[in-house]
Amino acid sequence: MAKNETKTKSVLMQGNEAIARGALAAGVNFFAGYPITPSTEIAEICSVEMPKMGRKFIQMEDEISSMAAIVGASLAGAKSMTATSGPGFSLMAEGMGYAKMVEAPCVVVNVMRGGPSTGLPTKPSQADIMQARWGTHGDAPSITLYPNSVMESYELAIRAVNLAEKYRTCVTLLSDEVLGHMRERIEIPNLKTIKVVDRVKPTIPPEWYKHYPENPKYPMPLASFGEGYRFHVTGLAHDAKGFPTNKASETAVMMERLRNKIRHNIDDIIQIESFMMEDAKIAIFAAGITSRAAKEAVLMARKKGIRVGMLRPLTIWPFPDEAIKKYLCDKKAIIVPELNEGQLSKAMKRVMGAIWSYELRKSKNIIGLNKNNGELINPEEILKVIKEVK
Amino acid sequence: MKTKKFKKEIRLSGSGGQGLITAGIILARAAVIDKINVTQTQSYGPESRGGASRADVIISNDEFYYPEAVNFDVLLALTQEACDKFAVDLKDEGILIIDNSIVKNTPKMESEIYEHPFTEIARKKLGSELPTNILSLGFLVKITGVVSEHSLKTAVGNSMKPQFKDMNMKALKLGIKLAEVDIKNNGA
Amino acid sequence: MSNIPQKQIHKYLRHDKKFPHVWCPGCSNGIVLGATIRAIAELGYEKDEVAMVSGIGCSSRMPVYVDFNTLHSLHGRAIAYATGVKFFKPEMKVVVVTGDGDATAIGGNHFIHAARRNIDITVILINNNIYGMTGGQYSPTTPDGARATTAPYGNIDRTFDICKLAIGAGATFVARTSAYHAQESKLFISKALEHKGFSLVEIVSSCPVIFGRLNKKGSPADMLKDMKDNVITEKKYNELSEDEKADKIPRGIFVEEQVPEFTATYTDLVQSLQKPKDE
Repeated sequence: MAKNETKTKSVLMQGNEAIARGALAAGVNFFAGYPITPSTEIAEICSVEMPKMGRKFIQMEDEISSMAAIVGASLAGAKSMTATSGPGFSLMAEGMGYAKMVEAPCVVVNVMRGGPSTGLPTKPSQADIMQARWGTHGDAPSITLYPNSVMESYELAIRAVNLAEKYRTCVTLLSDEVLGHMRERIEIPNLKTIKVVDRVKPTIPPEWYKHYPENPKYPMPLASFGEGYRFHVTGLAHDAKGFPTNKASETAVMMERLRNKIRHNIDDIIQIESFMMEDAKIAIFAAGITSRAAKEAVLMARKKGIRVGMLRPLTIWPFPDEAIKKYLCDKKAIIVPELNEGQLSKAMKRVMGAIWSYELRKSKNIIGLNKNNGELINPEEILKVIKEVK
Repeated sequence: MKTKKFKKEIRLSGSGGQGLITAGIILARAAVIDKINVTQTQSYGPESRGGASRADVIISNDEFYYPEAVNFDVLLALTQEACDKFAVDLKDEGILIIDNSIVKNTPKMESEIYEHPFTEIARKKLGSELPTNILSLGFLVKITGVVSEHSLKTAVGNSMKPQFKDMNMKALKLGIKLAEVDIKNNGA
Repeated sequence: MSNIPQKQIHKYLRHDKKFPHVWCPGCSNGIVLGATIRAIAELGYEKDEVAMVSGIGCSSRMPVYVDFNTLHSLHGRAIAYATGVKFFKPEMKVVVVTGDGDATAIGGNHFIHAARRNIDITVILINNNIYGMTGGQYSPTTPDGARATTAPYGNIDRTFDICKLAIGAGATFVARTSAYHAQESKLFISKALEHKGFSLVEIVSSCPVIFGRLNKKGSPADMLKDMKDNVITEKKYNELSEDEKADKIPRGIFVEEQVPEFTATYTDLVQSLQKPKDE
C-alpha cells in the first residue's frame, strides 16, 4: 500500500458528525429524516454534504415517512439511512419491521435521550436497548450496534451500513446524547482504506431470479427496481418470488431465513471488547457511554488492588451469549451499570441463569447499577459498587 | 524523551448565549493541534439563549475514558449561578476564574482565584460583549498552559467566520495580556 | 383508439399464482386496473421503468397482479415509499394505487406533503367510501348518514373532498372521474402519468358487497348506473343550484399547471454545487 493511503487525518469531531461522515464513507447515498434532538446534526451534515456529492437528501414530513422513504430508495438500489431519537424511533418501529420483513438493506440511527415519551431531549439515556430488539411487532431479527467513542461512531456507522447490505436487513445504530454531542480527537482514515460492502447485482435471467431464495449465501445478488427483474415486495408473508402466501410451509421458510441470517452468522456480526478481564474476579458489563465510566472505574479499582475487568458489547443485538459465557461464567460478581432500569442486566441474567446451577446462583451475583434521571453514571459510582462486592 | 503525564479537567460555565460551548470547542481544537487527547462535552437546556450552560474539556497526554469533568482543575464561571453551583467541585489545588462584573459573591476557598470583569472589558475595549468567551479563554490558557498559545491562536482563527475574526483575535490577545499582568504580579 | 385488444392487457399481468384476484364480484378495482394498464400501454412505457406502489386495503392489492416493479407497502405509507423510489431513481414512472382510507386517513399527511413538494408521482385514488378489506368501517369519505359497521346509526363524521384537499395542498394535476367512466379514467390516468409533478386522479368507485349492502345500493350494475347519473361533468355541475348539487359529484380535470418538480429541482441544485466557486 502506498504510504499516503494509510495516512490518517487528525481532527476534532462530534459523535453525530462522525456517524454521518462514517455512513457517507460507507457509501450511503440516500438519507431521509425528520428533525429531533439529539440526533439532528446527522441530518444537518447530510444536508450539507450529500447534494455536493450528487447523493440524495430529503427532509420528510415525519419519522414514519422518513423510514418509508429509505426503504423505497433501498429497493430502488440505494444505500439508505435515517437518524432519529426516542419518539421518532417509536414512530419508525412499524417501518423497521417492514424493512426487516422485505429484507431491504437500510440503517436507522437512534441517538438515545431520556424517556419515556418526550422525556429529556437534551439528556442521555440507554433505555431504548430493548426497543432496538423488540420495537417492532412480530419475530423480527435485530442487528444493533452501539459505539462508545467518536472514533467508534465513525467506524460502527460504516459497519452498520456494511452489515445492512450484507445481510439485507435494517440495522440499528445506537448512540446517546452525550456520545452524539461530545467532541473528541479522532483519526479519519483515508477513504481508500475503508472496507465497504457493495450490493452484488444478479447476472441470471430475470425469469430465474428469486428475490427471496430459500438458502441464501450472504451477501447475495440483489436486484433493484428498474433493472429488468420486476420483483414484487410485500409486508405480507411471501414466497421465494416475493408473492403473498398463506401457506404454513412457505411462511416457515421465510421465518427461518429471517432467523438464520442472524443465527448462522453470529461470529461475523458480534463484536466485543474485553478490558483487563484475564485475571479479573469481578466483571463490569457495560455498553456505549457508560462503558467509559466503567473503564475508568476499572483503572481506579486496579490502583487499589482490586481485580476488576470490563466486557463491552459493540454489538448489542444479537446478544453476545457465547462471549458472556466464556468471559463471565467464573466471575464472582458481574456489575451492569446502565442508564435505564436494567435492560442489559436482564439480558445478562437470561444468559447466566442458563449456565449457573442453583447452588452457584446463591454465591454469585449480577448487580445492576441503574440511573435514568438524565445524568451519566460516573466512575466513582461504579467504584463504590465494586468495593461493596469485593 | 519522556514527558510527564497530565490530565486537566476544565469546566467553562455560565448561561446560554455567552458562547461557552464555542469556547470549549475552540479549546478542544487547540488540543488537537497540540496532538494530545481531548474530549469536549456540554450540557444545556432547550433554550439557545439564557438558561444554564456549560462546556467540559478534558485534556491529557495520556489515555482517559470518562468524558465529563467531575473534579475540575480549572473552572471558568461567567455567572453567579454557575459559580455557586460548580465551585464546590473544584479541586483544592484548582484554579477558579470568574467574571467579577457579574459574579459578585466570590466563594471562599483554598483554590487560586482570578477575578476580572471580562464582560466589561470586552464591551469597553472591543465594543461588544460577544467576544467575552474568547477573551476569558485566552486568559485561561495563559494562566493554566493547558494548550499552547500558538495552537489556541490557530484554533480561534480557524473557527471564526471572517467578519468576526479580527474582533476575536483582539479579544484573545487582550485575555492573554491580562493574564501576563497577573502572572507578573503574582510572581513579584 | 379505444379498442385495445384484451391480449394487450394480458401482457401486463402476472400469470403465475396471482389469479384469481382478491376482489369481490362487481368491485370497481378491476375497471381501474384495466384503465391503468391501457394508459401505460398507450403511452408505450417499458414495464421496467414503471414502479407501482401501494399501501394497505382492497385497491392496494393491485400491484401484485401487474408485471412492473411492485411495492406493496404499509397502511397509509405508499406515497412515502414512492417518494423514496422516485427521488432515488427519478427516471422511473412511479404510480401509487391507494384508497380513501389509505390515502386520506392514515396516510393523509404523506398525501398533502407529496402534493406540496410536487414530486412527480401519480396517485390513483380509488374512492369507494368505505374500509372494504376490514369489513366496512366508515372512512373520511363515507357520506353523511351512510351506514358502516362502525357507524351503525349512520355516519356523523364530516367528509373530505379529496380533490379539494389535493388542490389546497398544492397538487399540480388534480382530476376526478368514476369507474363507470372507464374511458375517461384511462384518459385522466394517461394525462396524470405524463404530467411532470404530483398528480392525483380520484376515481369514484363502488363496493357493492360491503358499502352497497350496508346502504341498500342494489346490484353492482345499479351502483355503476348511480355513478353515471351522479358523477357529472364539472360544467354541468356548476350549472346546478346548491340544492341540486347535494347528491352530485363533479368530474373533470380541475387543476393542470406547470410548477418546478421536486426531483428536477434537486438535480439542478446538485449541478449548481458542482460548479467551481470562482465562476
